Amino acid sequence: MLTRNWILGIAALALLPILVTSNYVMHVLVTIMIWSFIYTGWSYMGRFGLVSFGHGAFMGIGAYTVTLLWNAQGISPLLSIFAAVALAAAVAILIGYPCFRFRITGHYFALVTLALTEVVRSVIVAMRDVTGGSLGITPDSVLKDGVTWSIYAVQFADKRVFFYIALVCWVIAIYIWQRIDQSMARYAMQAISEEEDAASSVGVNVTATKLKITVLSAMMTAFGGALYGQYQQYINPETVASLGVSLQMVFAVIAGGMFVKLGPTVGAVFTLLLTEGLRVGIGNKINALDSTIYGILLILFIIYMPKGILGKALEKIQR
Amino acid sequence: MQVFDIFLLEAVLNGILFGGVLALLALGLNLIFGVIDVVWICYAELMMLGMYTVYFLHKVHGLPLFVAFAGAIVVVSALGVVLHQFVIRPVLNGEPINQLLVTGGVLTFLQAAATLMFGIEFRNIGISMPSLMVGEISLPWSRISAALTALVAMLALYLFLKKTYLGTAIRAISQDRAIMPLMGVAPAKIYLLTSAIGGALAGLGACLLVLQYDVHPAIGLSFGPLTFMVCVLGGLGNMLGGFIAAFIFAQLISVGGFYFHIEWGYVMAFGFFIVMMFARPQGLLGQK
Amino acid sequence: MATPMLELKNVTAGYGSFQALFGVSLTVNAGEAVAVIGPNGAGKSTLLRAISKLINVTAGEIVLEGRRLNDVEPHRIIELGLSQVPEHRRLFPRLTVEENLRMGAYLPAARAKFSERLEMVYGLFPRMKERRHQLAGTMSGGEQQMCAIGRALMSGPKLLLLDEPSAGLAPVIVQSIFELVRKIRKQGYTVMIVEQNVHQVLKVVDRAYLLEVGKIKASGTAQELLASDEIQKAYVGL
Repeated sequence: MLTRNWILGIAALALLPILVTSNYVMHVLVTIMIWSFIYTGWSYMGRFGLVSFGHGAFMGIGAYTVTLLWNAQGISPLLSIFAAVALAAAVAILIGYPCFRFRITGHYFALVTLALTEVVRSVIVAMRDVTGGSLGITPDSVLKDGVTWSIYAVQFADKRVFFYIALVCWVIAIYIWQRIDQSMARYAMQAISEEEDAASSVGVNVTATKLKITVLSAMMTAFGGALYGQYQQYINPETVASLGVSLQMVFAVIAGGMFVKLGPTVGAVFTLLLTEGLRVGIGNKINALDSTIYGILLILFIIYMPKGILGKALEKIQR
Repeated sequence: MQVFDIFLLEAVLNGILFGGVLALLALGLNLIFGVIDVVWICYAELMMLGMYTVYFLHKVHGLPLFVAFAGAIVVVSALGVVLHQFVIRPVLNGEPINQLLVTGGVLTFLQAAATLMFGIEFRNIGISMPSLMVGEISLPWSRISAALTALVAMLALYLFLKKTYLGTAIRAISQDRAIMPLMGVAPAKIYLLTSAIGGALAGLGACLLVLQYDVHPAIGLSFGPLTFMVCVLGGLGNMLGGFIAAFIFAQLISVGGFYFHIEWGYVMAFGFFIVMMFARPQGLLGQK
Repeated sequence: MATPMLELKNVTAGYGSFQALFGVSLTVNAGEAVAVIGPNGAGKSTLLRAISKLINVTAGEIVLEGRRLNDVEPHRIIELGLSQVPEHRRLFPRLTVEENLRMGAYLPAARAKFSERLEMVYGLFPRMKERRHQLAGTMSGGEQQMCAIGRALMSGPKLLLLDEPSAGLAPVIVQSIFELVRKIRKQGYTVMIVEQNVHQVLKVVDRAYLLEVGKIKASGTAQELLASDEIQKAYVGL
């Protein structure tokens, strides 16, 4: 399963925090890892033609459940993460089951999931007494008076801890990708995304398979959202639960390549380097400028390079 | 108790007026989908640009309001044509989902470009219309005129689709695209025309909304998802379904907002949407 | 002799890498009715689609009244006076009968004569007048065929192409459809008709071509072909 190349690659990644001394570079690396994990989770669905704009909802559910339970009840994220992931799974079933049962795909599915993101975002905004509304919320910090870390609170002053957590998540995500590939014949996967009747005829239970993948994808995204919140120590509806976040996932994955294992990761690297490059190069008007460029690039990618950077590169190499 | 009911009635009436505007927004999107089989995810962002057009033409350059309105309709209509020609057309024969995603890119681009160009501040065209007082019920004229205009526009579109050759061709092409050349119709031209009409409807929507709301780069996000939900609930591409769904949604938001808080009105409407997806995932009037 | 109405010279066409027509040549003269007969899958419908430019011609020439059609855009063909009733009728199912007929008169030149031609079509098919507000998709096969022929006549064509007008219809209806074709001929239209119902169609047309596997295998007057043993055996003597 894990070939030598993979073990070497992961070992090299694990060595990075020891080599990197700059706090800023470490921050970029952690962010890349967390997003790579989330993007890979999104692609589980995307590569089967299930384009979800609902992952903002799952990410928001993860981040807000953990933060709210911590602030209001003092429940450790180590416990509440289970609640968060379970909630995301439940919502995924709630949306996924009727959609797949009635064979809602393509545009319709995308719009239904878009609505889901909007529901979660508006619930967060509407419950502003506990969630802080659109201003966002900060997990109560235990990192004061000389305390630099707490496993119970999952708060660490040292970014390297988060890097290793995210690295483990990412490796698991890649591993799951491989398992999905192995558990299904290629033609069955093709069949699911393209021709449902054909898939049924080769003995694939389309509804159940799609639902499993959706639930898995939602759970991972919720986990990623919680991790993101713990790392950033600040969340708001725009950054974790909006259509904007959902589109960001779509963009990064398409840029990297939706149909290859490391495509989403390449997408995360590409987009974050672009953002950071612009931040360093140009400065403060950054927020809108990077999105402007993302928007244009997304259009260009879909028209001229729909398989993404890595997908295209691999295609070239294979020839 | 008596007073309470009057305010509820006010909420219901306001809901009807809001429903009229929502129905207009949904109509443009449904037309595009019904004919070209593409969802413009960036539909509300086109509208946002229309609102800015009105703002700049009227408030900044001092042109009469109706000239500014006409300008906005023309500008957004042209944007619709540009969108189709340069963004949709290259992917029209590709994977259907790419057509959706590519307009997602346009959404991101337009919103960000508007932020770059206009900044994030809220802008108001500075027209405050009085309210119509019926007993104790107060209905803003801006809403009444918006709903009436929406109604007139919908009627005009209906007559256009029903009575003219072009309108008939627009309906025909959604039923059988392949044989259109046998009728002497070039599908590409009809698509451009439909995009222009869809854009014009978004432009008109912009004119109606700018009377009631401040414009800012993210305003599309307040109306876009709502419009998609109305369309999906009505059955994508089904104009009558969208019309009905618009009024249901508007009532839920208005009356729900009256009992709780306006944001909970939205939550109720969206919650209703999800419940309906269970009951009738193909939309209110969609056929399975 | 005058220029033929329609002339095909060594026409080759197909779908993607699949070639369906191999150097087909034929002529249709003004005022004539010509049939192309042949078994299923011979390329008969492909032939009509190629003439109407719904598919591209890869080699050879199609000439309508001396004008080469190869580089004419598909939607301009009808302007030159060539109108087609497509295979399976292909009405717009959710438009009414009259709206379907209006689509047939979409050309600016035809719009001007809409009411005049509508009267003509209703005269030819009184049933269509009764049903003019009915959705086309809700009518019977025979009625749909009438509507489809009516739609094609609305542009005022010089040459009418009919693709399998009898397909999928009950024998009695088939009779009346061919009766109609005869009527249309009498009105002075030039007709080219593709059919599997060889026996019936040969009674209506002047000449015919036999198409097999994308090639013209035989041609002659309707009487000659009806008399030919080969055709009798293969297509008529059921």
